[in-house]
Amino acid sequence: MKGKAGKRGAKPPQRREKSRLTLGPLLFHWPVEKRRDFYFRIADEADIDEVYLGEVVCSKREPFFEPYLSKTADRLRAAGKKVVYSTFALVTTPREIEIVRAKNAREALIEVNDMAAVQVLDGKPFVIGPLINVFNEGALDFLARKGAVRLVALPELSAASIGILAKAAKARGVEIEVPVFGRQTLSVSMRCYHARSLGLHKDNCRFVCERDPDGLPVGTLDGQDLLTVNGVQTMSHGYLALLNDLAALRKMGVGAFRLSPQDTDMVRVAEIYRAALDGKDDPGALLDELREQLPSTPFINGYMRGGRGLDWTE
Amino acid sequence: MSAPPAYLELVCPAGTPTALRAAVDAGADTVYCGFRNETNARNYPGLNFDADELEDGIAYAHAHGCKVLVAVNTFPRAGNLKLWHEAVDIAADLGADAAILADIGVLDYATRKHPGLRRHLSVQAAASNPASIAFYRDNFGIKRLVLPRILDVGEIAALIRQIGVEAEVFAFGNLGTMVEGRCYLSSYITGLSPSCDGTCAPASHVAYREEGDRLVSCLDGVTINSFGKHEAAAYPTPCKGRYVARGETSYLFEEPFGLNVMAILPQLKAAGVTALKIEGRQRSRAYVAEVVGKFRRTLDALARGEQPLEAESGLSAIMEGGRETFGAYKKGWR
Repeated sequence: MKGKAGKRGAKPPQRREKSRLTLGPLLFHWPVEKRRDFYFRIADEADIDEVYLGEVVCSKREPFFEPYLSKTADRLRAAGKKVVYSTFALVTTPREIEIVRAKNAREALIEVNDMAAVQVLDGKPFVIGPLINVFNEGALDFLARKGAVRLVALPELSAASIGILAKAAKARGVEIEVPVFGRQTLSVSMRCYHARSLGLHKDNCRFVCERDPDGLPVGTLDGQDLLTVNGVQTMSHGYLALLNDLAALRKMGVGAFRLSPQDTDMVRVAEIYRAALDGKDDPGALLDELREQLPSTPFINGYMRGGRGLDWTE
Repeated sequence: MSAPPAYLELVCPAGTPTALRAAVDAGADTVYCGFRNETNARNYPGLNFDADELEDGIAYAHAHGCKVLVAVNTFPRAGNLKLWHEAVDIAADLGADAAILADIGVLDYATRKHPGLRRHLSVQAAASNPASIAFYRDNFGIKRLVLPRILDVGEIAALIRQIGVEAEVFAFGNLGTMVEGRCYLSSYITGLSPSCDGTCAPASHVAYREEGDRLVSCLDGVTINSFGKHEAAAYPTPCKGRYVARGETSYLFEEPFGLNVMAILPQLKAAGVTALKIEGRQRSRAYVAEVVGKFRRTLDALARGEQPLEAESGLSAIMEGGRETFGAYKKGWR
């Protein structure tokens, strides 16, 4: 991996130690045209270094964008961006394993989100996705020996854990990537809650998840916005917004920062995060800009602070 | 003295030394237990074993022909591996019949340090397909897999034909609807993690309050459910709460039912299942004795080729929410 920041003491972020900004896989089921236009705009306009493509949440959605996938990847690459292929979070059927196998045979770098992918990789390098349970250096060590070149931090990890993992990762030549924007995944299931919310089942779902491009809001009985349903996945209501933590994470040796696509202007979000990474503006001021863009969405950072995931501490 | 497993191995919860004896006496083929810390997924006050208690428990079980599995099935946080390694060491030293493990690092440690200790893959590892199971089998020599509660019986049969390791399935008790080991709902609300701390919806964070004629259940200040006078108040596990989506109130994820496979035991046997797991290390000795006894008598009847007594299936009264489900085992659950 080129572009990793060297250890240069406690200086504020410098332009020449450029951290990489990545765009995580699109977790929502957007119509094909919307999805294609989104990636084309990312290719043309966003200051993002690397883009993860591919369906993670539900294999039933997979065929929709498949015909456009390689064209989209070409366009992103032509714009100077690296492309990584994400794979399913939950693999149960032979067909799903075959899709993972085919992706692996075809593509340079795969993000694994179920251990099935590691088994079919056959020694090729891979990215450990945020839905693989790597909580500690023991698990990281083993997967590094299997060919992991990057670890994407799972939602529950605190800054303290990431610091320890980053140290272990460095010794193993593994890069750490931390999600810093967007809803956090809280669970996966075999049951589709989007379908269930309309009295349907996963097997006859009619792809109702397409109705909610930013997920289906789920509140408590007394009106607290709590969760978001995205097909078989449950997510946080608030968006992770770690602008205040970027400098500390960089100091620990985190080399890449992930923005998870939401139904908002992601080009603008990337600009804000890039400005923070480049030390162009004060994180507090940038956070205010992000708030202006997302006035009705609360921000969360509880896990990073070692507490309740839904909390926000300024 | 319980007979050798003739039909399906009955694996029973031992949350305490007392419950262990109750399960053994009621006819368990195998019991499973954990240490009194966050190394196991039922890390609740008043439960579990220290090393001396485990030694006594293993002696009692073995004297009665019953095996003991030790669950070390949570995920150590970074920088905190020692407690998990010690748990595996103690299980091996005391002659446990197997350790139930989930974390890749802990599995790696156990494989290298205690090659003679039989390793089972915990449901917390969420291995639900032949490739994923092969990863754990090839790298860590797992001999048995506890299957995630997400497959139907047909899928289980197809899976077992391909994996070359024994399969243990959940038979009775609490039914999670999310993939185990990959659910953060409880830590999102309470800060304590089922994966790392071994506690889902810990009682220390649960509160009930009366609002008019309704009883409201909360988890760390977040409303999970509300019950009228005629309703039994279910425990506020986040995946079994009532929520509002699209303006409608419902059990969006799962209703507070308990799992009971008593009526489909022959199908599970035909699918190639080796062992049945009774959930409930947090349950009382009396509960354990009753559930284990009924399953024992039913399995013995099936082994003799007899139809089990209708009365033996009547466990709803002690079931969570008082109602039963086949969960994912039956098609249509999804």
